[in-house]
Amino acid sequence: MTYDVAVVGAGVVGGLIARELSRFQIKVALLEKCNDVAMGTTKANSAIVHGGFDAQNGTLKAKLNVQGTLMMPEVCEKLSVPFKKNGSVVVAFSEKEMDHVKELYERGIKNGVPELSVIDQAELRRIEPNISDKAVGALLSESAGIVCPYELTIAAVENAVTNGVEFIRNCEVKAINENNDGYVLDTTVGEISAKYIINAAGNFSDELAKMVGDDSIELVPRKGEYYVLDKSVGNLAIHTIFQCPNEMGKGILVTPTVDGNLLIGPTALNIEDKEDITTTPEGLKEIVEKALKSVPIVSTRNAITSFAGVRAHPVNDDFIIGWCDKSANFLNVAGVESPGLSSAPAIALYVREILNEKLELKEKTEYTDVREEPVRFRHMSDEERAELIKKNPAYGRIVCRCETITEGEIIDAIKAPAGARDVDGVKRRTRAGMGRCQGGFCGSKVVEILANELGVPMSDITKFGGDSKIIYERTK
Amino acid sequence: MLNYDLVVVGGGPAGMAAALKARENGVESIIVLERAETLGGILEQCIHTGFGLHYFGEELSGPEYAGRFMKMLEGTDIDVKVDTMVLDIADGNVVTAVNKKDGLLKIQAKAVVLAMGCRERPRGALSIAGSRCSGIMTAGTAQKYVNIDGYMPGHEVVILGSGDIGLIMARRMTLEGAKVKMVCELMPYSGGLTRNIVQCLDDFGIPLKLSCTVVATHGKDRLEGVTIAKVDERLQPIPGTEEYVSCDTLMLSVGLIPENELSKNSGLQLDVITSGPKVDEYRETEHAGVFACGNVLQVHDLVDYVTEESQIAGLGAAKFIKGEKVTGECVYTKGINGVRYIVPQRINRETDTDVKLYFRVGAVYNNAKIIVECDGKEILSKKKVKLCPGEMEYVTLKQSVISELPADAVINVRVEA
Repeated sequence: MTYDVAVVGAGVVGGLIARELSRFQIKVALLEKCNDVAMGTTKANSAIVHGGFDAQNGTLKAKLNVQGTLMMPEVCEKLSVPFKKNGSVVVAFSEKEMDHVKELYERGIKNGVPELSVIDQAELRRIEPNISDKAVGALLSESAGIVCPYELTIAAVENAVTNGVEFIRNCEVKAINENNDGYVLDTTVGEISAKYIINAAGNFSDELAKMVGDDSIELVPRKGEYYVLDKSVGNLAIHTIFQCPNEMGKGILVTPTVDGNLLIGPTALNIEDKEDITTTPEGLKEIVEKALKSVPIVSTRNAITSFAGVRAHPVNDDFIIGWCDKSANFLNVAGVESPGLSSAPAIALYVREILNEKLELKEKTEYTDVREEPVRFRHMSDEERAELIKKNPAYGRIVCRCETITEGEIIDAIKAPAGARDVDGVKRRTRAGMGRCQGGFCGSKVVEILANELGVPMSDITKFGGDSKIIYERTK
Repeated sequence: MLNYDLVVVGGGPAGMAAALKARENGVESIIVLERAETLGGILEQCIHTGFGLHYFGEELSGPEYAGRFMKMLEGTDIDVKVDTMVLDIADGNVVTAVNKKDGLLKIQAKAVVLAMGCRERPRGALSIAGSRCSGIMTAGTAQKYVNIDGYMPGHEVVILGSGDIGLIMARRMTLEGAKVKMVCELMPYSGGLTRNIVQCLDDFGIPLKLSCTVVATHGKDRLEGVTIAKVDERLQPIPGTEEYVSCDTLMLSVGLIPENELSKNSGLQLDVITSGPKVDEYRETEHAGVFACGNVLQVHDLVDYVTEESQIAGLGAAKFIKGEKVTGECVYTKGINGVRYIVPQRINRETDTDVKLYFRVGAVYNNAKIIVECDGKEILSKKKVKLCPGEMEYVTLKQSVISELPADAVINVRVEA
């Protein structure tokens, strides 16, 4: 199969690039080494849309962050992904930190960040009632928001596939050969030819670039651990509460999530193994200690889960986006650490413009930039529910009790373009198994539905692809 | 809108017993709503024996025990809807439920019995460090895979927590040919029944490691091993005692939580210790006509006691529906000095019955005494050779004693070691 463009990596960056390119009369493949989209940094980060005051003036990060954050509400609306403009505060605990806050304000203004202000202790307490007494003031960024990064990615890829992009999962690129027509990618699912390659491989973008002789990308894997707390304490924070940033990043934050939980984290630790997403006793302890500084009533008694993610910190501290020096039609989109999620919609546009330099992009006549909203039984009125079940009785069976998710929604998630193939994929698309019991009751039911829909035995179903088997052979 | 005198939410042992008792006591129209595809609740996957010794005087398996109640139900005109999930109980006892066949159901009830049972505490609540690989599951989930679906959830097993389901699964997995390496228990004593420790661990040579926990899980895709460590008196892992144990499955049996989402959404306040609603001697909650029984009220050790409690609730609901239930001045119960909680939390002074006070203790006691007092005066005491947190205890208060107590009096129950 020959494509015009192969996008390698189906994280939020690759997903939104694929969606942007799906508007044009070119053949696009989105290659993903895992069993689903959003399996790397995208599924395990702070889920924040940043104002854009952190990045140094004049950097690509600064430009794309501000632009991406402005685009986010509309992108989310078109893709039917919840976005909440809850605003963020960077809290100062001393006059010295207050100076830092003012510095961030100046930087933000220069970056073009709208709705930015410095507020005093009284105002901070008014807008954030649970904030520590020791906080003396803050930078308030009202354009900041929260979004679910994997939902955004799932929706973007679904939209891209609807427009004709081919999503190829379990497709790890092992080697890249160049010839007169372009590239032949040697992958775990066979050879794939493409005229152009877009390297959106996240933590592995350095390795992918090396396959075409480009060793200029220097990344440091940086691990961050988080706690997710129950919805009953989701309102402890109203804004996303940051502490003053340091050289390792933006520090421990306390934030509501768009689904109503409370998220605290991340730690920041440079590590060797870029696939090390284990949480550690030290990390989990650090999160709590530091989160307590901002919001003294946070407690892990309400923890429902913890997780860790690895971000690709670029040594040069800026996004690396542009044509590769070593190979003509290989475009790097690398080093996209925070504010990568915020920037992603702008990155997609930026990449399209760069690609347009070489490849004449003509719009398709048939195209949609809208992804219809999936059925969300839990958000419906009783009348809507009654109507829905009449049309399809599968919506009348609740599978996940904690989150009120129906069998119909789970089947939809499997049948959707680039749909779920494993238990975690169903969970990310529907929230089945994401509640208080964490899949204790519905886990085996979800396995059964997946097996039915995919036409395989239950023992073939995995948690997240690979060897993540859930059950083995039949009992005696 | 449908109309029923009594809506029973949950068709496990609690719901079935409550419905039957209400019918026996003259309630005409009753419906049982069950979210699973069959009645019986969790008993359906408990294929081991040990059920019914107290209630039926014989040893039955879970499905046999449930089956007897199903048969009794079949012989009545009680309506049953399975595969039906209750979404809401609104003011005035309007129950909203949903299923594939009827779609959305609205039922006006005179009285409601909450019998939703309980669920297992998941891994997240424990914050064990490590990866999010597969192979980590609650013992109950594993039990469903083995006993209902007929699949092996793993071959080399470590069990964390010595709750009864964990102990039962240690034996079950061994019988299915898996290697159960150990059961780790954070506390210095087991949370399960003594007979289960003997029959499920000792008989199969499975070590029970007390004051020990799992501090980390290892493995990228499927679990490959866990790190265990000893804990000190404050239950904190002791550095230097870590030990790696290879396994492909970690089963959790670390406690049960009454499933009270419906109760909470309907505005009921929960007891902070039991995590169930607060009830009177007939298991009526703080909402008139709403009763609760079984594991949604307090986590029981034996299903026989669930049945007993649910019959009390069923009788109470019948009295309520017929306008015969006594409601008025109350006395209140309180567990102190080693007694963690008491059910019921309040008793109507003018009640028409003797009242059993159910409770659990917070530690292991040998040759101890249970003392019931009010206003400094001992009402009764009961000697116990052994008391342990894994087993429910009770004392019985005579109706004549209750009626003599002043309104709002507090009845304290304590352990004297």
